[in-house]
Amino acid sequence: MHIDEAGRAGRLAEWRRRLSDAWDSDLAYSFRATPMAVASALVLLIVALTAFLAPLIAVQNPYDLTQLFLDQAELPPIWNEGGASPYLLGTDVQGRDVLSAILYGSRISLLIGFASVIASMAIGIAVGLICGFAGGHVDNLLMRVGDFVLSIPTLLVAILVSAVFRELLPVNLRDAFAPVILTASIAITSWVQYARIVRASAMVEARKEYVLAARILEVRTPRILLTHILPNVMTPVLVTATLSLGLAILAEATLSFLGVGMPVTQPSLGTLIRIGNQYFFSGSWWVVLFPAFQLGLIILAVNLLGDWLRDALNPKLQ
Amino acid sequence: MISMVIKRIGNAAAVMLAVAFVAFMIFQFLGDPVQLMLNEQATQAERDALRERLGLGQSFVMQFVTFVTRAMQGDFGISYRNQQEVMSLIAERFPATLELVLVSTVIALCVGIPLGVYAAIRKGSPIARLLTMFSMIGVSIPSFVIGILLILVFAVQLNWLPAFGRGDVVKFGWWSTGLLTPSGRRALIMPAASLAMFQISFIMRLVTAEMLEALRTDYVKFARARGLPNRLVHFRHALRNCLMPVVTMTGMMIGDLIAFALVTETVFQWPGMGQLFVQAVMFIDIPVMAAYLMIVSAIFVTINTIVDLTYLWVDPRLRQAGVARGYHAH
Amino acid sequence: MKSLTKLSLPGMGVMAALMLPLAAPANADELRWGASRDMDSLDPYSYGSTFTISTLNHAYEGLVRYDDQLKIEPALATSWEDISPTVRRFHLRKGVKFHDGAPFTADDVIASLTRVSDPKSPLRGNLPAYQGAEKIDDYTVDIKVTENYPLILNDLTNIFIFDKEWLVANNATAPTDVGAGVEGYATTHANGTGPFKVVSRKPDVETVFEVNKDWWDKPRHNIDRIVFTPIASPATAVAALLSGQIDYMEKAPLQDIPRLKQTEGVQVLASNELRTVFFLFNRAEKLVADGAKNPFNDIKVREALYRAIDIDVLQKKVMRGLSRNTGSMVAPAIPGYVTDLDERLGHDPEKAKALLAEAGYPDGFSFTMVCDNNVYVNEEEICQAVSAMWARIGLKPSLDTAPTSIQTVKFESGKFDVGILGWANEPMIDSYSILVQVAHSKTGTSGVFNWGGWKDAEVDQLIDAAAKELDREKRLALQSKALLKLKSNVDFLPLHQQPMAWALGPKVKSVVQLSDNKSRHWLTVLK
Repeated sequence: MHIDEAGRAGRLAEWRRRLSDAWDSDLAYSFRATPMAVASALVLLIVALTAFLAPLIAVQNPYDLTQLFLDQAELPPIWNEGGASPYLLGTDVQGRDVLSAILYGSRISLLIGFASVIASMAIGIAVGLICGFAGGHVDNLLMRVGDFVLSIPTLLVAILVSAVFRELLPVNLRDAFAPVILTASIAITSWVQYARIVRASAMVEARKEYVLAARILEVRTPRILLTHILPNVMTPVLVTATLSLGLAILAEATLSFLGVGMPVTQPSLGTLIRIGNQYFFSGSWWVVLFPAFQLGLIILAVNLLGDWLRDALNPKLQ
Repeated sequence: MISMVIKRIGNAAAVMLAVAFVAFMIFQFLGDPVQLMLNEQATQAERDALRERLGLGQSFVMQFVTFVTRAMQGDFGISYRNQQEVMSLIAERFPATLELVLVSTVIALCVGIPLGVYAAIRKGSPIARLLTMFSMIGVSIPSFVIGILLILVFAVQLNWLPAFGRGDVVKFGWWSTGLLTPSGRRALIMPAASLAMFQISFIMRLVTAEMLEALRTDYVKFARARGLPNRLVHFRHALRNCLMPVVTMTGMMIGDLIAFALVTETVFQWPGMGQLFVQAVMFIDIPVMAAYLMIVSAIFVTINTIVDLTYLWVDPRLRQAGVARGYHAH
Repeated sequence: MKSLTKLSLPGMGVMAALMLPLAAPANADELRWGASRDMDSLDPYSYGSTFTISTLNHAYEGLVRYDDQLKIEPALATSWEDISPTVRRFHLRKGVKFHDGAPFTADDVIASLTRVSDPKSPLRGNLPAYQGAEKIDDYTVDIKVTENYPLILNDLTNIFIFDKEWLVANNATAPTDVGAGVEGYATTHANGTGPFKVVSRKPDVETVFEVNKDWWDKPRHNIDRIVFTPIASPATAVAALLSGQIDYMEKAPLQDIPRLKQTEGVQVLASNELRTVFFLFNRAEKLVADGAKNPFNDIKVREALYRAIDIDVLQKKVMRGLSRNTGSMVAPAIPGYVTDLDERLGHDPEKAKALLAEAGYPDGFSFTMVCDNNVYVNEEEICQAVSAMWARIGLKPSLDTAPTSIQTVKFESGKFDVGILGWANEPMIDSYSILVQVAHSKTGTSGVFNWGGWKDAEVDQLIDAAAKELDREKRLALQSKALLKLKSNVDFLPLHQQPMAWALGPKVKSVVQLSDNKSRHWLTVLK
C-alpha cells in the first residue's frame, strides 16, 4: 500500500474505533436505556432541524413585510371552516402564517437560548479560572461581583438590561440588535454558577505539583488553564449548562411576552403568544395555542435531557 | 461568631450600595426626565429651569449621594407617570404581591411536599412516575401560558372565577388583605395557582431527592433493622431531616418569587408591585423602576442574609470561616 | 397513605373549597366601569388628554358644556355677552356648592383661570387666546381674549373650575410643580361642583366616585357610585364584562364586538367618532433614519405612500369594517368640512412605485415610522399593516411603537420620519382647532402640534384671517379653503374616522353616546 493510503486507512480505523468506544461508553448506554432521553433528543432534533431549515420549508417568511397580506389575516387552521391553504395552522391578525411563524420563532428562541448559555458559560469559566488561579484581591473582587449579580432577582436584571439597551440604541437598529440584547441580558444573570464551579476546581488544581512544574518550565498560564484545569471541570459545567438551557429559553419567552424581548417584526414564540393573547378570548385561539404548545414541548424536551444527563453523570448514582 | 455576623451584614450593605449605584447609573442614561414631565408646549427656558430644579446640573457624585440618602429615608421621588410619591405607590401595592407570594408558597408546600414524599417512597410505581412527569411539565410550561389557559377556562368559559383584579380587600392601616372577603379569596385562586405550579414542581423534585438521600443513610437503615414500622421511619426520621433544606430553599425562593410574580401580575392584572414595575418599564417611569429595583433587591438580600445567619447558628460546622460560602444553590 | 392526604388536603382544599360560583352581589346602583386606561391624574389641568379631562368631568365642571346635540349650553355660567371685541362677560350660576360645601363664586373662576393660564400649566395651550380675567362682582366675571376670537366658549368647555379656598388651603394655587419634587394636592384629591365626588383614588387600580346629592342640575341618571377600574388588557375587560364583573366599557375591542352583540343582556353602541386618524411627515432637510436627503419633501413621494395604502382591506380586516374611510382631515360633523375633502387618492401600488421612481427612488429608501400603541383604536395594528403595504412598494420602514408618553417626546422633538396623529377637534368642535394647532406653521401660539415643520404660506394666511373673522359663514369658508389646499399638498395621509364602541352590561339601561366619544354618566340610566 502507498504510505498515504496506509495513513488514511489507519485514520479511518482509528475513527471507527473511537465511535464504537463512544457507543459502548457508559453515557451512551445510559442514553439508549432511558426512553425519555431518546424521545426528548428526537423531539429536539426535529424541532431544531425544522427550525433551522425554516427558510426552505416554511411557506412564508414572517419577518418579511412584503409577504404579509392583510386580506389573509385571521384565518383559522385549515381543518376549520374558513381556513385556507397554504396556511395550515391559520394566520394571525397581520396575515402571518402561524406555522411559519412557529418555525422561525423556534429558531430564534433556540438560538438565543443556546447563545446565552454559551455566553454565560464562557464568562463564568473565564471568571472562575482567573479567580481560582490568581486568588487574592482579584478573586475577592470578582466573587463580590458575582454575589452582587445574584442579589438581584434574575428576571428583574434581564428586564432592565433589555429595556435599557433598547432605549440606548437608535430606532432603526433596535430590531436588528434585539437578539444580541436578549442574549446578553440573560447571560449576564447566569454566569455566576459556572464561575463558582470552575473556581472551586481551579483552586484545587492550582496548588497541585504538576502546575508548579509547568510554571517552572515557563509554560504560559493560559495554556495551563486550558489544557490541564479546564478538562477537569467540564463535566459539572456541562450538566449545569444543559439544565440552564431550559431556563434560558423560558427567560427569553417571558421577556418577549412582557414586551421587552423579541419585537413583533421578528417574533419569537413568546412574542407570538403575546400578540395572540389579545385575540385569544375572542375566538382566534390558534395564534396562542400552537406557539404555546411548541414552546412547552421544546422546554420539556430540554429539561428531560438535562435531567437525564445530570443523573447519568452523577458519580453518586453510579 | 459575632465577627461573622458583622461580616455578613457588612456584605449585605455593600451589595445594596452597589445595587443603588447600578440603579442610579442606568437611569442616568434612560430618557430625558424633563421631556417626560413637562407638557408639549413648554419653552426651552422652562425646560432648563426644570433641569436645574431636578438637580440634573450637579456633579455625578453629588447626585448619587443625594439619591442614596433620599432612598434610605424612603424617598424615591415622584412617579413621572402618575405624579405621585413613588414610596406610597409601592407601599400600596406591596401587600398584594406579598399575599400572592405567600399564599402560592403555602399551596406549593402543602401540595409539593406530600407528593414529593410519595414519589420517593413509592419510587418506580406508575403513580410516582406520573407525578414526576407532571412535575417536569409544570416546570417546562411558562407560567404566563398556564395563567392564560386558566383565565380561558375558569373565567371566560365557566365564569367561576374573576378574570382580573383582587376583589374586595380589607384594610388594616397600611396593609390590605383579600383573604377576608369571598371575592378576594376567589380572585386569589388562579394567580396563586399559576405561580405555585413552578414551585410545586421544584419542591417535589427537591423533596424526592432529599428523601431518597435520607432513606439511604445509615441511621434509617438502623431504624429499619430495629423493626420500626415504615410510617415512623419515613416520617419521624427521614422526612424531618429533609424538611430543613426544603424550608430554607423555599424561604430563599420567596425573594425570587416576589420578582417573578410580576409575570403573574401582568397576566391577571393583579395590582401588585410587579405590575407597577412592568408598567413603569413600558412608560419609562424612572423613579418607579429605580425604587422597585432597590426595594426588591433589599428584600432579597435581607432574606438571604437571614438564611445565611440561621445556617451559621444552626450548624456549628459552618462556623469556620469561609466554609459557609457557596451554599446558595441558585 | 392517610397522613399524606392529611397534608395535601389543605393545599387542594384551599383551592377547591373556594371555587364557589361567581355570584358577586354588586351594589344595584353602582356602575362598574372597566376603562381602557387610567386617568393621568385627578387634576384636570395636567397632561391635557381628552380621556382624563372627560372622565374628570364627572367631578369637575366648566362655565359651559356641550349638550346632547353637541351644542354649547350653560353650566356654571348662566349667560354671557360681548362687552367689547376683546372682552366677554359671564354671569355665574348662583347657589352652586363644591363637594366640600364651599360656595361657588367669581373668585373661584378667577383662581382657576389664573391657575390654568400660568406659564407652568400643562393645559395652557387649551386657552390659546386667553389674555386675562377680571372679577366684576361675586357672580360676574369678564374674560379678555385676543381680538374677535370666536371660539372662547368652546375652549371653556374643557376648563374646569376649582374652589379658590380649597386651592389656597392645600397649596395648589399654582399648577403642580413636578420639577420641585412636590406632589400636587390636586393630583390625588378632587373637589369640584360636578354630579359625582371622588371618594378614593388608587392610580392604575381603581378610582371611586359617589353621587353628589347637592348637584345644582337635575340628575337624569340614577347612579349612586361609579367604580372606575383601568383594565390594561382589552380581552380581560371583555371577559369581565361577560362575567358580570364590570358593567361598562368605553373602548370595546373591535374583534370582540360580534361576540358581545350575541350575548344576551349586553348592548354594544358602535359608531364613528369625530376623531380622524392620519399620518404626517417630518419635513426637515434630512431623514432621521439615516441622515439622507428627506424624500418626504417631494410631493410625488408623499403621494406614492398615500396610494400604497389599501384602505378597504385595512377597514375590513384591522378595523373590522367599523371605521369610516376618508380623505378628509376632519369628520363630516365638524364645521369647515366640505364633501370635496372626503375623496381619497385611490389605492394604486403600481402608480405608487412609478411615482417613487419618478422622484428618484426606484429602489425605495429607509425611514423611521413612529406610532403609539395605546391611543387610537387598533393603532398598533394599523401601523403594522400600513408598514407592510409600504414595504410592498419597495420602501423600508422601521416601525417603532411604544406608549404615547414615550412617543410624544419623539414627535415633539422631530425624531421621526413618518408619524401618526388622530384629531377630533375637541373641545372646539370646529376645524379651526386642527388648522391652528396642527396645520399652521409654528409661530406664536399656533402650530403647537406642527411636529414635522410643514409650512404653506397661503394656508397660514387663511388661518390667521379666520381667527379674526366674526362672520361664521365667511370664517368657515376660509377654513374649508385651507383644508382643501392641505389636501392638494398631500401634506397628510388621512385614513379614517375611527370607530367608537361602548359595551354595556345587563345592568345598564341606557347611555348617551355622542360623536365626541366622551363618557357622560350623569346621563346614564341603570335598570
